[in-house]
Amino acid sequence: MARFVVRRLVGMVAVLFAVSVIVFFVFMVVPKQNPAQTLAGKNATPILVKSIEEEWGFDESLPVQYTTMMKKVFTGELTSYKPRLPVSDRIIEGIPATFSLTIGAAIIWLFFGLLLGYLSAIRAGGWLDRILTGVSIAGISLPVFLLAPVLIYFFADKLEIFPNGQYVPFEEDPVEWLKHLILPWVTLAVLSIGFYSRVLRSNMLDVMNEDYVRTARAKGLSERQVMTRHVLRNSLIPVITLFGLDFGATIAGTAIITEVIFSIDGIGNYAAEAVAKFELPPIMGVALYGAFFVVFVNGLVDIAYAYLDPRVRLGESAE
Amino acid sequence: MSAPLLSVSDLKVGFATEEGVVQAVDGASFELRPGEVVAIVGESGSGKSVTAQTIIGLTRANNARIEGSVKLGDQDLTAADDAEMRELRGERIAMVFQDPMTSFNPVYRLGDQIVEAIRAHHPDTSKKQGRQRVVELFEAVGIDDAERRVDDYPHEFSGGMRQRAMIAMALALEPEVLIADEPTTALDVTIQAQILDLLAELNRERNLATILITHDLGVVAEVADRVLVMYAGKVVEEGTLDEIFYDPQHPYTWGLLGSLTRIDRPRPHRLPQIAGSPPSLLDLPDGCPFRPRCPHEFSKCTQYPGLEARRPDAAEHRDRCWMTPEEKREKRVVEGQIGLEPPREVRQA
Repeated sequence: MARFVVRRLVGMVAVLFAVSVIVFFVFMVVPKQNPAQTLAGKNATPILVKSIEEEWGFDESLPVQYTTMMKKVFTGELTSYKPRLPVSDRIIEGIPATFSLTIGAAIIWLFFGLLLGYLSAIRAGGWLDRILTGVSIAGISLPVFLLAPVLIYFFADKLEIFPNGQYVPFEEDPVEWLKHLILPWVTLAVLSIGFYSRVLRSNMLDVMNEDYVRTARAKGLSERQVMTRHVLRNSLIPVITLFGLDFGATIAGTAIITEVIFSIDGIGNYAAEAVAKFELPPIMGVALYGAFFVVFVNGLVDIAYAYLDPRVRLGESAE
Repeated sequence: MSAPLLSVSDLKVGFATEEGVVQAVDGASFELRPGEVVAIVGESGSGKSVTAQTIIGLTRANNARIEGSVKLGDQDLTAADDAEMRELRGERIAMVFQDPMTSFNPVYRLGDQIVEAIRAHHPDTSKKQGRQRVVELFEAVGIDDAERRVDDYPHEFSGGMRQRAMIAMALALEPEVLIADEPTTALDVTIQAQILDLLAELNRERNLATILITHDLGVVAEVADRVLVMYAGKVVEEGTLDEIFYDPQHPYTWGLLGSLTRIDRPRPHRLPQIAGSPPSLLDLPDGCPFRPRCPHEFSKCTQYPGLEARRPDAAEHRDRCWMTPEEKREKRVVEGQIGLEPPREVRQA
């Protein structure tokens, strides 16, 4: 196990390094305005621009710029151009909102996705399955930028049950926190509920044809025991992998559209802002933060995987 | 002769499909007594596995049509509801499946899977008692180091060992009837022999009534007391092991016997085989379904004879072929061996 974790950590560092290099060079090769010019303002003298270039190091060679930037990343000195604010502060400020959004949505989508998938699979071909299939496909087909305004229109504007966006910190007012998050949670979860229920349904139908399921029936287990202990348990393994990828990506800030529409000041919103203003330091900061969580969550998934499927552990002991 | 433990009479199993009803089993009848091994033999699609799975209630599906009766003691299993069937499975009738590689759930320890079977019927069994029982069972089926190996996962067992574990699981609740569906097909020949020895031993020691499903007559010769030969859903011949092997009546049985490789005969140029392939159950010929493949077909074969005893000296040896036992013996002798005519190139050589 220790060896496994060490190998994972080394892989994580490699991924983060690769991400930083790619982000840096993509930014450099894209044609853009000189950042020093932007910083200096509209009526800046060439001398001022020059001095800013020197101050920020924009006149150095690319490898030197990269190294300086990485140093700043590790010391937490990375600052955005305009306004000059530390990137790490913004990311840390954004974390509660993004985590609240993501973790809540993930719980909802995992719970309902698995529930619908399970019901669909055990009633495969029946009317319940058909209805749930329709619901799932509808959920998968609904884009966030359509679903979110529709939800806001009905539940916030017309019925006024829930507030229209914004984030209220949990420690300030837990009830408001919940009320403000319900619509974003639903928005973010709907697609995944549809997707997860389809995946689980098809996995379960495959597993139902396995010989060991017939063995379980021949042992005299009840249909429910067969379904939960043997069919569901084995069907969850691929779903866990999927969940790791999705959860990692969402917590990394890919819920950008949801955050922007609901004006939630999280990482996704910050990323959108940084890209719109085309500033490298926040883009780099957000990219590294995101990559870290994707790799970290996937590491956790691998550990969960070894727990769920003993055959995976074989590779470890064979070394 | 003791009273039958299990009696199957006129069992019919059909499956409704889009192209029509597939009559997988069409009127199978047989009896099984304590300590007896009945082998059901036939090619793929002959209905042998469906017969076995119907006995234990595994063919119950919305599209299945099951008629006739399967009686275990006084209880009619075809009429039993799902809860009654469940109580019986594992407890009174246990099953061993063909492929030990895929018949255990890969994510649970073998011991736990067997304890699960015990606890399905005796929920008050503690984990410790269950485990102890599994250790005993593993020892009984010849798994070395049982104490440690109960905690292994299926992938840590070899194929032969897994089949032993499968048998251990089937024996866990001391069932009266064991159904072994092609128990050796997926195994190496040397392992096959070990598993057959084990089955024969259990059969003797525990007086376990066994239904052995197989296509391999070599396996049958090893362990069976009586043999049923099935073709296209019907029993075409039944008799004792000796009757079937030394005086087979149905040309299909000759074909099966003829396809055995024999070390006491000169080696043929090509291994004999039964010409053609089994008919589609959706489109059976009139009369005898074996007719298109049978070299001895004659006018009467357009009608299908009943399963009757035709030998005056053997009342329990029944078959479905119009020829008289004398005609059959003559035809078999002409070929110099039991089976059907060998392929043409062998005859000319």
